[in-house]
Amino acid sequence: MAASASSFAANKFLQPINSTRSIDNNKKTLLGNQLKDSSFFLGSAKKLYMKKPFSSQNSKSRSNGVFAVSEVVKDKKLNADSSLSNLLITKDEGLELYEDMGENVWFVHLYNGQEAVSTGFIRLLKKEDSVVSTYRDHVHALSKGVPARQVMSELFGKTTGCCRGQGGSMHMFSKEHNVLGGFAFIGEGIPVATGAAFTSKYRREVLKEADCDHVTMAFFGDGTCNNGQFFECLNMAALWKLPIIFVVENNLWAIGMSHLRSTSDPEIWKKGPAFGMPGVHVDGMDVLKVREVAKEAVARARRGDGPTLVECETYRFRGHSLADPDELRDPAEKNHYATRDPISALKKYMFENNLASEAELKAIDKKIDELVEEAVEFADESPHPVRSQLLENVFADPKGFGIGPDGRYRCEDPKFTEGTAHV
Amino acid sequence: MAAIIQGIGAATALTSANSLDTKKSFFSNSRRSLSVGAERKGRTFVVRSDGHLSYGLNGRGRRAEQLITNAVAAKEDTAAASTSSKPGHELLLFEALREGLEEEMDRDPAVCVMGEDVGHYGGSYKVTKGLAPKYGDLRVLDTPIAENSFTGMGIGAAMTGLRPVIEGMNMGFLLLAFNQISNNCGMLHYTSGGQFKIPVVIRGPGGVGRQLGAEHSQRLESYFQSIPGIQMVACSTPYNAKGLMKAAIRSDNPVILFEHVLLYNLKERIPDEEYVLNLEEAEMVRPGEHVTILTYSRMRYHVMQAAKTLVNKGYDPEVIDIRSLKPFDLHTIGNSVKKTHRVLIVEECMRTGGIGASLTAAITENFHDYLDAPIICLSSQDVPTPYAGTLENWTVVQPAQIVTAVEQLCQ
Repeated sequence: MAASASSFAANKFLQPINSTRSIDNNKKTLLGNQLKDSSFFLGSAKKLYMKKPFSSQNSKSRSNGVFAVSEVVKDKKLNADSSLSNLLITKDEGLELYEDMGENVWFVHLYNGQEAVSTGFIRLLKKEDSVVSTYRDHVHALSKGVPARQVMSELFGKTTGCCRGQGGSMHMFSKEHNVLGGFAFIGEGIPVATGAAFTSKYRREVLKEADCDHVTMAFFGDGTCNNGQFFECLNMAALWKLPIIFVVENNLWAIGMSHLRSTSDPEIWKKGPAFGMPGVHVDGMDVLKVREVAKEAVARARRGDGPTLVECETYRFRGHSLADPDELRDPAEKNHYATRDPISALKKYMFENNLASEAELKAIDKKIDELVEEAVEFADESPHPVRSQLLENVFADPKGFGIGPDGRYRCEDPKFTEGTAHV
Repeated sequence: MAAIIQGIGAATALTSANSLDTKKSFFSNSRRSLSVGAERKGRTFVVRSDGHLSYGLNGRGRRAEQLITNAVAAKEDTAAASTSSKPGHELLLFEALREGLEEEMDRDPAVCVMGEDVGHYGGSYKVTKGLAPKYGDLRVLDTPIAENSFTGMGIGAAMTGLRPVIEGMNMGFLLLAFNQISNNCGMLHYTSGGQFKIPVVIRGPGGVGRQLGAEHSQRLESYFQSIPGIQMVACSTPYNAKGLMKAAIRSDNPVILFEHVLLYNLKERIPDEEYVLNLEEAEMVRPGEHVTILTYSRMRYHVMQAAKTLVNKGYDPEVIDIRSLKPFDLHTIGNSVKKTHRVLIVEECMRTGGIGASLTAAITENFHDYLDAPIICLSSQDVPTPYAGTLENWTVVQPAQIVTAVEQLCQ
């Protein structure tokens, strides 16, 4: 695996524009990349782009511009003989990915279809590395190592949840695993992630903690990429070379708004180079390709070489949330992606390369079923928060509730502890 | 964002900041209007605060029973004439803020500053002047003009161990960061089940200045006050500016520190010894018997101006600078109400849903039986702050109105 990481040369990324280069040279570079990368991997996407008005130019560049990474991966696959060392993953890694993706399918803002992204990225991280997510955060929390029980209990609003039932499905946090949320409004997590990355740099350069190489990953969707916070943070992250990876889970739909109807240039990855960082487009339905891209981006951030923008083209198999009637998406489009189920794809890869037997994967499926069942059972049996919890955690220092008429801090009032104080 | 306009607004401040030696201030500006006169006189009312030294190094650790004595300050309106032979050192309010900030940065390497023009430029009102050369560009971070994002970045940095002081070049610009302040600053500690702390200080110049126009003359307390999980304090003297700045930085809670554009050049002698104030505590400015006047920030000086007239007319008003805008120090306020039985609130905040409205509600709720007259609340008018000096003066409460209100209350 180390071999594949190193052979995955940085020059396969679209490099940011070097300020010392002339504009002509830049053009050449960009053009060169487009000419080289003549493949595309998402048939349906192409079809959609063709529908876009006055943009034959765009649709062309989309199909031509698909990023080098998938090409690298493909080459590797073609050249791979049966020896394990040339494969993208080892047996153990494959089983781990399979298990993590298997765990990721449940919950409220469903993640089905996008499992390859969370798994492909987050399983590469250390515990000290941070992850910032959106309202589809339960999966990122699971991938980062938050126990399924705690995640499920949080969904149930129970005290045993990772946030004591105070956060809920869209606000998952884990200090222990450095899951920084859990942000339910589009885009607001990106600045927070940028701040976490700033802390890494600050610790290294100001506090002189030379070994602090922690990276932060910010996950968000295609809809977010039209929000100012996205652009503002790309700018700041590149400006200060922060160790952050911006991971766009482009599932083509922002609830009912098609990516193509909302975005002037639908190729999000291109916005990386515009801000001076590499932009990468990867097949988000293929966990192995995602993983290769993630490795390079993480290594880059750890080295102190700054941020990377990765656009993962993916698809959610279900509506936006349990409340979404999902009436707008073309059944043909859905079927197309359904055939590209990332879990099935990994399964197939592992079989074809003799990395796992049917029995082994069945065993994992069973393990996951049991884990989920056990988590549900645990959550179900866990206690609801009691009233005394109500006023806890509003302030880290509860003196923030102030001084009452009796001259005592309100938080010293027994009613405060009971949760019945009027604050 | 509106930084260019702000630059014009800040011009007065810069002029005075650059001419420290000549001790010029806003108040010598030729565009001076009625209230400026009040301001100038107001300077002499700055309360000598050396008596507060007993707060010790960390006011937050104090026990409740000490509150009474600590809330009491000198009664006499001693002119702040100072000579070098007196203890302490004399400085302007913006310098006091800087001194507090600098001391905390020296004390804790996790304390950092971020905002527009806080570094090389030294801050639009020079509160961070000289800090970037001393601590480096990363600790005193000049950000792009992206309020929502750099505020969010401060929050992310706070979650991961830093203690950022986020400057809004003008408090009004922080409206662009309202989502980060409200959803993330205010809620993350709670939604994370107490796992993450957000020890940030959000500060900057606000209030109605001198013809800065509507957008730069905002009274934002009302907007921020109902955000759960956030504390708000307003400074009004160099002494409390420094003490509150230090307390806000040390607090594990997110704190919004309101500074007033027209108070940066107030001068006061403050102790050489280190001190930290209590974020939750009100400040007794002038003990009295007849009526309780609750105020904060710049209106403190309008109140003290009016108090002079009132004293001449035979009234003995008690003036309290509530300082903590959220939560209220109901102990100090309550004790005063129980003594005077009459309350006048004077604020610069918007009338609708403002601090005064909340204060009125809190007093009615807690001390209704002690009141001999309905509470009067003088707020600024619910209009966008007008540009014209005459209209601007009519927007905020003037000393004459305060005198009339007290006379009415004490009938």
